[in-house]
Amino acid sequence: MSGSAYTPVLRAHGLRKEYGKGDGLVRAVDGVDLEIGEGETVAIMGPSGCGKSTLLHLLGGLDRPSAGEVSLNGRRIDDVSEKDLARMRRTDVGFVFQSFHLMEELTAVENVELSALLAGRSPRAARRRAEELLERVGLAGRTRFLPSALSGGQRQRVAVARALSNEPKVVLADEPTGNLDSAATLDVLQLFEDLHESGQTLVIVTHDPRIAATADRMFSMRDGALVDETRLTGGTTGGLGALIGLED
Amino acid sequence: MIGRLLLVCRLAVRDLRRRRTETALLLLAVMAATTTLTLGLVLRDAAGDPYRSTREATHGPDVIAGAGRPAPLSDLQKLAGVTDHSGPYPVAAAKFQASGRTSDVQAVGRDSAAASVDQPALTEGSWVSDDGVVVEAAFAGAFGVRVGDPVTLDGRSFEVVGVAVSAAMAPYPSGSCLVAQGCINGPMSADTPEGLLQNPGLVWLTQKDVRSLDPDHLTYVTNLKLADPDDAQTFVDAHRSGGTRLQSWQSVLEDATELAKDSQILLMIGAWLLGLLAVAGLSVLVGGRMADQHRRVGLLKAVGGTPGLVAAVLLAEYVLVAVLATAAGLTAGTLAAPLLTESSAGLLGAASPPPMTLSTIVLVTAVALGVAVAATIVPAVRAARVSTVAALADSPRPPRRVGSLIALSARLPVPLLLAVRVAARRPRRVALGVLSIAITVSGIYVLLVLNAFLTSQPLAGGYGDAQVEVLRRVLLAWTVLLLSLAAINAVVITWTTVLDNRHASALTRALGASPRQVSTAMAAAQVLPALAGAVLGVFPGGFALFAAINTITGGDSGRATLPAPWQLLTLVLATVLVVAALTAVPARLGARRPVTETLQGW
Repeated sequence: MSGSAYTPVLRAHGLRKEYGKGDGLVRAVDGVDLEIGEGETVAIMGPSGCGKSTLLHLLGGLDRPSAGEVSLNGRRIDDVSEKDLARMRRTDVGFVFQSFHLMEELTAVENVELSALLAGRSPRAARRRAEELLERVGLAGRTRFLPSALSGGQRQRVAVARALSNEPKVVLADEPTGNLDSAATLDVLQLFEDLHESGQTLVIVTHDPRIAATADRMFSMRDGALVDETRLTGGTTGGLGALIGLED
Repeated sequence: MIGRLLLVCRLAVRDLRRRRTETALLLLAVMAATTTLTLGLVLRDAAGDPYRSTREATHGPDVIAGAGRPAPLSDLQKLAGVTDHSGPYPVAAAKFQASGRTSDVQAVGRDSAAASVDQPALTEGSWVSDDGVVVEAAFAGAFGVRVGDPVTLDGRSFEVVGVAVSAAMAPYPSGSCLVAQGCINGPMSADTPEGLLQNPGLVWLTQKDVRSLDPDHLTYVTNLKLADPDDAQTFVDAHRSGGTRLQSWQSVLEDATELAKDSQILLMIGAWLLGLLAVAGLSVLVGGRMADQHRRVGLLKAVGGTPGLVAAVLLAEYVLVAVLATAAGLTAGTLAAPLLTESSAGLLGAASPPPMTLSTIVLVTAVALGVAVAATIVPAVRAARVSTVAALADSPRPPRRVGSLIALSARLPVPLLLAVRVAARRPRRVALGVLSIAITVSGIYVLLVLNAFLTSQPLAGGYGDAQVEVLRRVLLAWTVLLLSLAAINAVVITWTTVLDNRHASALTRALGASPRQVSTAMAAAQVLPALAGAVLGVFPGGFALFAAINTITGGDSGRATLPAPWQLLTLVLATVLVVAALTAVPARLGARRPVTETLQGW
């Protein structure tokens, strides 16, 4: 955590998500309590299928819980209408997905500006903001490239820029380096480190300890529940990258 | 070879059974076209039955001859090949009045005794007697005249003693002209020469009564039987002269089935429109289905299937459907044909299902296969060419990028922004949607014109009330099939778009678009092409189709009342509203799918 004053931006209490019935009942998320402060970077780790992604979707209002509460910026989001959830996702949350999820027919800058256009910004303002963000993630020279012409790391940087488009309260990243090679992973790590430095609240779901090591706090998840919490000192990606062998 | 054939058939049948709804839609679409085409091809044969029954019951003539004097007709009776005759009988033009209504008629003077050739068959009452008139059945029906009713001919009183049918002339109002002054069907205009009989009916009197009507202007008619009735037209061609008018029984049959001919033309054009609609609908359905079958194609190739085999399997599915649709269409069309023929009071007996001819079977099969192959060939070849690795990876065909539309859409409200982008991703599908609506609206435009024509001036087309009813039935069948197929197309196109845009829609929702915005966009993506299709369907579509029908039928478009601007505007707006309503359900269903489910499955 970067600041001393602890303000919860995201809060979950008794959060549960169940699928199926009777013998087939599966608890993907099982009684999670969690508070994430402003500017904090939190990593959630665990093996595949432990419920990390489901938890992230619940925190970001992409999915509705079976029980429990989720609050974003002090406001409950588990019992609001679909329309209000959509509005909240538009302004308060940015998502970064493992498989990038870029629109194949849109250029990098068109992908990034899409969130701003959905939020009702003028086309000019949306384009200006998108170009700024692409410059910030190091893709100033590739704004007119289609996703198919970009490398995996570059695509993920476009996705990060898109997530930041509407200056969200929190960025939720689901295995952001899961589909990347080492060099691209380093790029993205650096980007998240920059976001952390700038005070952006981040929740990163990963099963990669190298990514988790960049966080302020790290939660371990097993069978849908948070079983362990570790406070980390944090560190720059550069130093960490060298430490964990991502750099020569 | 046989093993490969079996494999292709087995895979095709299994896949069709796995997707029953789509298979049923495919079958319905092709069947609509094959049924209409069959109807168009067999209708005339079906309509000919009542005339043949009447000809048999009345000892109908093979040739009917008319002249200003009896002498040339008596000469015809002596020619080689003529085996029997009746007449010459005198014919007079007269004004017929009954129940306050007036019409021109041709009155034929007959003997009280039965004739060996053309003895009209009574459907009511008795044969001619002095001061007793027998009225042709279709004319009696149109005028509401029954046995015992008092009528006047040129002001002289008669009693209706009988109602009869004859094969010597087509039933009212399609009858031929026997009088010297000539006849006209339809309304008189300023250019029409005076003295013509307008839509004349036919009555029979005694010869004495006819001669008393207008003794100075009589014409004569005789009925001839030939040794070979099939030679009637040759006989007519050989003995036609300036003063003698001859008509073969085949020509009377043509006149008697004129309505069926008009219905046939309408049905054939309807069949083409439905065929085109089927191609448009099938192309979308097949295209969407191919996207789903990507992985299956990869598996086939991975186990050694050649591109040819892959294409054959895909084509075989649709060829099978086409064959089924052909069989169903041929059966349904043949059975329905009698329902669309006139049950005219002017002829005896009812139409029956016509025999199936080889040419009909071949043509209907060819059209069904043509529709199936036209809709399938592009996706099948594309699937055959795709690399095995790409197919196994199940990567969908990348969407098209239309930069100008993407830039333009950025300035639009969110639902329209998304709608334009959804449409721009698959331009071919949009074009098929536009085509589908344009064809439908063109058809409706023509229906409006024909309906207005039948309402305002049926006699101009030579139609009586019963015939108008039949044509309306044909138009109704047309409308129902056209609208059904267009509705199926609209739903299929929307659903295929929804499936194709699952990922884009889920992503858009993850970025903050509400389900309503996404479903509105999905529906709007269909409504915008529908608007373009509706406008194009009116102009040039409707105008061109109507002009084509006039060219084929030799009709006079000047007599038709074209739809008023408000009707056209209503047609366009109604089309857009109906498409919006039809697409709303699949669009909403698509937007209900959870975002996470879609994104995780990608």
